Amino acid sequence: MITKTLLRALDGKALWVLAALLLIAIAVPASNLALPSGHPLRVPDHFVPLLGKYLTYAMLALALDLVWGFCGILSLGHGAFFALGGYAMGMYLMRQIGDRGVYAHPILPDFMVFLNWKELPWFWYGFDMFWFSAVMVVVAPGLLAFVFGWFAFRSRVTGVYLSIITQAMTYALMLAFFRNDMGFGGNNGLTDFKDILGAPIQAGTTRAALFAASAVALGLCFLVCSAIVNSKLGKVLVAVRDAESRTRFLGYRVERYKLFAFTASAMMAGLAGALYVPQVGIINPGEFAPANSIEIVIWTAVGGRGTLVGPIIGAVLVNAGKSWFTGLFPEFWLFALGGLFVAVTLFLPRGIVGTLADAWHAMKARHRPASLEEGSPRPPKGSARMDPSPAE
Amino acid sequence: MHPIRLILTLLLALLLTGAPGALAQADTVEALVRALPEGGYSEREKVIFALAETGDDRVARLLSVLGEGDLYLHEADGRVVAARRSGEGYAISDALSGEALGTVEKGALEKIRVNNRLRRAIDGAIAQLTLMSPRAPVRLSAARNLLKTAEPDALDLLDKALARESDADVRRVMEQARAAIVLKTETSVEEQLAAVEMLAERGDREALAMLTGALAGAAPPVQSALRSGIASVERRLALWDALQNVWYGLSLGSVLLLAAIGLAITFGVMGVINMAHGEIVMLGAYTTFAVQQVIRTSFPGLFDYSLAIALPLAFLIAALVGIAIERGIIRWLYGRPLETLLATWGLSLVLQQTVRTIFGPNNREVGNPAWMSGAFELGGLSITWNRLWIVAFALFVFAVLLAVLNRTQLGLQMRAVTQNRRMASAMGIRTPWVDAMTFGLGSGIAGMAGVALSQIDNVSPNLGQSYIIDSFMVVVFGGVGNLWGTLVGAFTLGVVNKFLEPYAGAVLGKILILVFIILFIQRRPRGLFALKGRAVDA
Repeated sequence: MITKTLLRALDGKALWVLAALLLIAIAVPASNLALPSGHPLRVPDHFVPLLGKYLTYAMLALALDLVWGFCGILSLGHGAFFALGGYAMGMYLMRQIGDRGVYAHPILPDFMVFLNWKELPWFWYGFDMFWFSAVMVVVAPGLLAFVFGWFAFRSRVTGVYLSIITQAMTYALMLAFFRNDMGFGGNNGLTDFKDILGAPIQAGTTRAALFAASAVALGLCFLVCSAIVNSKLGKVLVAVRDAESRTRFLGYRVERYKLFAFTASAMMAGLAGALYVPQVGIINPGEFAPANSIEIVIWTAVGGRGTLVGPIIGAVLVNAGKSWFTGLFPEFWLFALGGLFVAVTLFLPRGIVGTLADAWHAMKARHRPASLEEGSPRPPKGSARMDPSPAE
Repeated sequence: MHPIRLILTLLLALLLTGAPGALAQADTVEALVRALPEGGYSEREKVIFALAETGDDRVARLLSVLGEGDLYLHEADGRVVAARRSGEGYAISDALSGEALGTVEKGALEKIRVNNRLRRAIDGAIAQLTLMSPRAPVRLSAARNLLKTAEPDALDLLDKALARESDADVRRVMEQARAAIVLKTETSVEEQLAAVEMLAERGDREALAMLTGALAGAAPPVQSALRSGIASVERRLALWDALQNVWYGLSLGSVLLLAAIGLAITFGVMGVINMAHGEIVMLGAYTTFAVQQVIRTSFPGLFDYSLAIALPLAFLIAALVGIAIERGIIRWLYGRPLETLLATWGLSLVLQQTVRTIFGPNNREVGNPAWMSGAFELGGLSITWNRLWIVAFALFVFAVLLAVLNRTQLGLQMRAVTQNRRMASAMGIRTPWVDAMTFGLGSGIAGMAGVALSQIDNVSPNLGQSYIIDSFMVVVFGGVGNLWGTLVGAFTLGVVNKFLEPYAGAVLGKILILVFIILFIQRRPRGLFALKGRAVDA
């Protein structure tokens, strides 16, 4: 049955996206490693981790799109899940440093030696093993999302209220992780990583491999999201988004569907965070900042929520714009970002992909003979507004 | 130099001590001061005692200058002067009157030296002078000083001062100081017990420290008295601590109330999520800064009125910005709260960056007017004036807002539009105008909050961001659409926060509050004072 669901997910457009991601996963590392430096087609060294970072952001935006675009839950705390996944990976990388730290302690990371701690706190056990860390990368954010969502959805906290308490959640976590006593490196976070799975983390091949892994992981997430969205479950999610009360009256346990989407999305965000950390080389509590989480929302909105390709395009475009802008006029980036928020909500409520799709459908409809038009599946205008407010 | 002259002067001084004539006394003091540079240390000590006996007000200042080693003989005219290094030379002033006498070279001065023995004599003399001073505030501060140092040598002096003390307040402090000294010295058990009682009655942290300090060397009966004294002081202190926490909590609550009350209008009444609310507060704070800047450069005399000028100005600016936001952005997004949230967040980034571009990224200094600085004591509480004014201001704003909503034409229309927009429109209310005015009112209040917050917080482009989450918590906790809920919510969160802080630390306390609110929303998704009826789902 699962194969059938996955096969259904692979129809048409999804196949193209997967093929494109696969191509990138091979082409970028290959051009970086194989071509001699100075070759016009070679991807420069510093670009590989940068592009890899965009891909993890794209995964994060995709995860948010699953809950916001398809289920109507605007989470302003997805940065927390991303950061938790990142911390799980960061803890593994910290343990891999071993006695090569500044204080050369065989087990304790530098910051613990610095804080005069004598032994490893219990929650750091097991993170010397990659498989355990890999499990925790999805389990930790998933568990938080499950518990949080279970409480929130069961008592029918919806709309703006949910957005605000998710924001409070990530804010509280940020304050907590800033504390040295938490045992996660406090203000400085986790950094100075040496190697991952035995390979030196700074090496070109490792970076290329991490890039390829990010592209493949993005592809997998896309596949999973596509499978969810195209299944019957996905239809119920959309129904919850468009008319939550009506769906409930039809007999669906709305809170369970929401909880599923929220948890799955958090796990994807955690995976994105785990791939982000080795490519950027640091994870600190700043990742929990509420502003970061809201930025994820704008990536998704720019690309087009309610479409699966949109968030990927939005995340890459906005972040590329950010890199370019902050390089040229650092003072004006916030103007640009702020303007983007306003402009997108006012003029592009369906995002780039959504607007283009509308235009495309409109054009096709005009060129088609009038007799065929009646039966053709028109874009659902009712849901085209994608209004996530409960439309009771 | 002339020992005979010195002795004659001293005799004269002693003779004239009791004389009522102020002129004669002044002469004596001058004569004694002139005698200061002469002779060795022992003669100088005698002069100091004689000076102390005069009881002249000016002597205390002179002696403290002498104790610091800043008293000199001006060799050219034989005057005794106080000198302070100023540039190349020394700025001198008359030792008694303090009258400035210009600047001289170092060679023209001869230092009047003191040793440790003299310093003790000077301290005693100053204590005597101040304790016997004709002015009660001087005596009070001297007694307080003595209470702190509990110098055993001062006991006799204190007894003398007590005997002639008539002011009840000063007398009490003197008795306490005496008790503190008695506890330190070898005295009878009865006297020590009385001292313990006296100090326990005082009941502050100093008394506690004294009682605890005396515990080690005391006789058994005194020890048990000390223990019960310590216990009673601790109980008392715990009570005052609790009250102090309540006060801090109310103060924090009033800040939260100020920050959240504008939001209670825009979010609570209109249902608009304005993430740029914090930035409007910030605009108010920067308005205060700009007003003070203009006053500093052009009208320095008006500084104490700067807040009174800034307040209406901040209201106006913030209200205009608010109306512009409503007309420009928010009105296109009614009914789509999540998109309003995003657009206003973007706007907040723009506003922040604008302010950063104009005023720079650093903290800006906003001064406190004289009537807002300082603190006063109320029992065991220490209350700063700026906090007190802010609590009063927050309550005042709340009352005004309540009156506007319930007693004015605009308030009536606002409530009508909130309850049923189409019906209100059908009754002839210009709903777009009411929307703009409501948003302007909420924003204007946020601007006034900024004026108040500029008095206690750093004025920086990030000012707004630090309040936005807290403000939303207050509104959501109190119950949306209910001003009273906002009031109760703000003060509850403020007090609870301050009570958690001593146990959990500031950061953990804040985290606990956030977790508490998150859990609270689960139990009561509509807040503490939820609106009932059909309006809820609108």
